[in-house]
Amino acid sequence: MTQTIAMQKLDDANRRRVLVCGAGAVAALVGLRPARATPDMMKAAIRDVVKGAPVRVGKVKLDVPPLVENGNTVPLTVSVTSAMTEAEHVVSIHIFNEKNPQPNVGNFYIGPRAGRAQVSTRIRLADTQTLTAIAKLSDGSFWSATADVVVTLAACTEEAT
Amino acid sequence: MASALINVPATAKRGDIIEIKALMSHIMETGYRHTETGEVIPRDIITSFTCRYNGVEVFRADLFPASSANPFISFFTTATESGTFEFKWIGDRGFQETASANISVS
Repeated sequence: MTQTIAMQKLDDANRRRVLVCGAGAVAALVGLRPARATPDMMKAAIRDVVKGAPVRVGKVKLDVPPLVENGNTVPLTVSVTSAMTEAEHVVSIHIFNEKNPQPNVGNFYIGPRAGRAQVSTRIRLADTQTLTAIAKLSDGSFWSATADVVVTLAACTEEAT
Repeated sequence: MASALINVPATAKRGDIIEIKALMSHIMETGYRHTETGEVIPRDIITSFTCRYNGVEVFRADLFPASSANPFISFFTTATESGTFEFKWIGDRGFQETASANISVS
């Protein structure tokens, strides 16, 4: 019903697709919102974190369901292989996405006291896309992992294109 | 209105690696949604979460609109001594909440 009302309010020139939140809260009008992030924006966000250092693939494990029905709450776990000692530990874990409005998903700062370099959270995904997790180690090196996620119902910030 | 749900083991042996879970009820409005009349719904999110163990920061997170509503975070720390975990969430519109939990380490 919400969708019907929303459609009536769209003028002809601007008739685009409307996405209604699963919760039935608010319909978001497409086309009025800022452009979504692009893989280039994700690369720029990653550059901000690594500051030119090389990022190698490995050590990091990014656990996320390959297929999610609801992009509003996607469980995600990042773990990094590390001894977690004073001499050798994970300093921070950064998660990025390609197609949400912003490329950053979260930054997590840990340290040798963590004992285990593992963080879990729940995130929103606006579209089917690739996630990247990057870990910064105490020796200054950066390691990464990627994961592809297929999203059936996008988080309600986003249009279905 | 805001309420926190935290899970810290009540007891641990010294040197144990323990998991800590924290959830804060919050809408996490992204700032990218619009009302039916086309107005932008202003961003209202939690931007920072910290956990201190007897006063020492052991975990910190920067959050973005990509965090789900009612942000949930779990992480690990080493049980070193009996004491208190203090949690703090800071966000838009002056949002600030704290919670704490005690642990007994033998």
